[in-house]
Amino acid sequence: MSAVRSGLLRGWKVRVGLSVIVFFVLLALLGPWLTAAVPGLDPRANDLTAIGQPPSAQHWLGTTQFGQDVLAQTIEGARGSLFVGFLSAVIGTALAILVGLPAGYFGGRTDSWLNFLSNLFIVMPVLPLILIVAGYMQGTGLWVIALIIGFFGWSGGARTIRAQAMSVSNRDFVLAMRTLGEPHHRLLFHEVLPHLTGWIAAMFLQGVIGGVMAEAGLAFLGISDSGAISWGTMIQAAQQQSAVLRGMWWWFVPPGLCIALVATAATLVNFGVDELSNPKLRTVRRSVVRRTRDRAGRASRADRADGVVGETRVGSDA
Amino acid sequence: MTATTVPATSAPGTTVPEAPVLEAVDVTKHFAVRSAVGARSVVRAVEGGTLALHRGRVVALVGESGSGKTTLARLLAGFYAPTSGEIRLEGTPVRRRRGRVERGYHRDVQLIFQDPFGSLNPLHRVRHNLERPLRLHHAVRGRAELDRRVRELLERVALTPVEQYVDKFPHELSGGQRQRVVIARALAVEPKVLLGDEPISMLDVSIRLEMLNLLDRLRSEDGLALLYITHDIASARYLCDDIVVMYAGEMVEGGPKEQVIAAPQHPYTRLLVESSPDPGRGARDREALFDADADSLGEPPSLIDPPAGCRFHPRCPFAMDVCRTQAPPRTDLGGGRWARCWLHPEGRAGELDRPGTDAGTDAGPVAEHATDRTTQENQ
Repeated sequence: MSAVRSGLLRGWKVRVGLSVIVFFVLLALLGPWLTAAVPGLDPRANDLTAIGQPPSAQHWLGTTQFGQDVLAQTIEGARGSLFVGFLSAVIGTALAILVGLPAGYFGGRTDSWLNFLSNLFIVMPVLPLILIVAGYMQGTGLWVIALIIGFFGWSGGARTIRAQAMSVSNRDFVLAMRTLGEPHHRLLFHEVLPHLTGWIAAMFLQGVIGGVMAEAGLAFLGISDSGAISWGTMIQAAQQQSAVLRGMWWWFVPPGLCIALVATAATLVNFGVDELSNPKLRTVRRSVVRRTRDRAGRASRADRADGVVGETRVGSDA
Repeated sequence: MTATTVPATSAPGTTVPEAPVLEAVDVTKHFAVRSAVGARSVVRAVEGGTLALHRGRVVALVGESGSGKTTLARLLAGFYAPTSGEIRLEGTPVRRRRGRVERGYHRDVQLIFQDPFGSLNPLHRVRHNLERPLRLHHAVRGRAELDRRVRELLERVALTPVEQYVDKFPHELSGGQRQRVVIARALAVEPKVLLGDEPISMLDVSIRLEMLNLLDRLRSEDGLALLYITHDIASARYLCDDIVVMYAGEMVEGGPKEQVIAAPQHPYTRLLVESSPDPGRGARDREALFDADADSLGEPPSLIDPPAGCRFHPRCPFAMDVCRTQAPPRTDLGGGRWARCWLHPEGRAGELDRPGTDAGTDAGPVAEHATDRTTQENQ
C-alpha cells in the first residue's frame, strides 16, 4: 500500500492538484479563525464607507455593493462550498456503492431491482425535482442542500460500480473464496470492493466537483441558505446586484475562479488515480529519462577509457 | 489426516467395494442462452453424467475442450444446481438453498481452478489466503495457532522455507508456486474430495510432474478422493486409477486406466489416445486409422443442437445407421469397464482392436460427412 501511495505522489499532476485541494481545505477549516483574527476581514460586516470599491490596500479584493469585504467572503465561502461538495460526494458515493456493488455481485433479481432503481434516478429530471424538494423544505441550510445534491447524484456512479463489480465478481478468485465458505459480506467488502478503489476514488473526486458546482448553480437559482456564505451565494448576490453591468468584476471573479480551481485540482488528482490503475497512461518522467541518459553516458565514457572500440549506445535518448 | 486413513486397496486396476465419497448420478446441466435477437436456446453442457469418487483414488475425466468436463466439475463443486439428476455426498443428496449449496458442503469438497493466476486475489498475501479457511472451518483463533497451521500447510505443499513465501503477494510468485498456494488453501479446509480442474495445464512443463507427484502424495497419504480433469492422456495415465472419457457433454467410456488406454472400447477414446504424442509411433498411423488428416477430422458438435443418436457419429469411422438415430446404451464390459457405443451391442467390438485399415473402406464418406457438418456449423 505504501508503494501505491508513493506512486500516487510521484506525478506532478497529483502533487499540484492535491496541494490546491489541501490549500482550500485548510482555508475552509481555518477560515473563521483567520477572518476573526485579522481586523476588517469580517465577511458579514457592512463597511458603509466603502461600498462597491475596487481592490485596494484596505480591501485586497474590493468590496461588494453592501460594503462587505470580498476576500473575507471568499474565505468564508470556501467553507460553505467545500462542505457541500464533500458531504454530497460522500453521500453520492456511498449510495452508489450501496446500490451498485450488490447489483453487480449478486446479479439476477437483485440486480434487476437495483438497476431499475438507478435507471429511474438517471432518467429523473433532477433539477426540477431539486427545486421542488428545496421549495418544500423551507429554510434550507447547507446540510439540506448537500443531502439533496448527494441523493440525486449517485445513479451514474452506481452504474459504473455495478459494471465493475460484475466483472470482478466473476473472476476465479471470488469463486474460489466462495468455495472456501466465505460469507457474502466478506466477499463483497474484502474480495470485490478493494478492486474498485480506483473507480471509487475517481467517483468521489468527480462528486466533489459536481457538488461544488451544483451548490453554486442552485444558489444562483436562489435555492440556498440566505444566511450562509458560499461561492455560489456570492455569485448569486453579485448577479442580483447586476455586478456585471456595473463592471464590479472583483465581486464574482474570485468565487468563480475558486470553483474552477477546485474542479481543476480534483481532475488533476483524478488523472493520477487513473495512471495508477492503468500504467499505460503514465507519461515518462523527466527524472527517469535524465537518469537513463546519464548512466548511458557514463557507461560509454568508461568503455572509451578502457579502450573498447565500437561500443554500442545504451539506453534511450527519448 | 494420518496414514491410518489410507484404504487398504488403493492399487490401480482393482475395484473398490467401499461406498463413494462423492457421486454424480445421472446429472444433466442445461444452460439457457439468449442470442442478440432474443431467440432462446439451450446449451446441453452435460447430459447423463454419472461419476463416483472413492477415498484414496484418483479418477481422471478426459475429453476435448468444450466436452463438459469443467461444467461437471462445477456441478460437483456445487456452483450450479443440476437441471436433473443428483449429486450425493457420502450417500446423501446435496441440499440447496436457492440454488446454492450450504456451507457445510465445502467443508468436504474443494475445487482447484485451472488458472493459478486468476484464482488468487492479487490484493491478498499468501497468509490471508490460508488463514481464512482455517478461521472459517476450524475456528482457529490466536496468532500462534494460526501461524503454526499456516506453516504446516505450506510445508505440505513444499513451499519452503516458509518465511520466504508466507508474506508474499501472488504476483511475486511463479505459476507453480501459486498453484501450490491454491492447493494449500483447499487443503486448509481438510476436505474429503479435491476436484482439480486442469490443475497443471497452465503450468510450465518442467513443474507439471512435481505437481502431479504432490497430488499423488495427497491421495495416498491423506486418503483424499481426487477428480483430475485433463485433456492430456499422458498425465492421466501417470496419476490416475480410473479414466472416464467425455464427449460433447456425454460420458462415452470408463474403466481402469491401463485398460482404457491400452484397448479403448469407444472410437472417440481411441482417437484421443492416438492423438497424444508418442515418439514410438509413426506420424501417419492416425491418418491411416481415420483416413483423414488432423484438419478434416472435424470438431466437437454444437451443444445447442447436438447430433441425433450417438453424438460422435459424424466423426466416427465405424458409424452405422443405428448410430444416426438412436443413442447407444451403456454396455458393461466387466472389470469396471463400460462403454457407450453401438459396436458392442452389435457385436462389432472386435474391429476396435485392429489398426484401422479395414475401417478405411467406409470411412471415406464419413469423413466427407464430418467436413460437411463442420462447414455447416461455421456458417
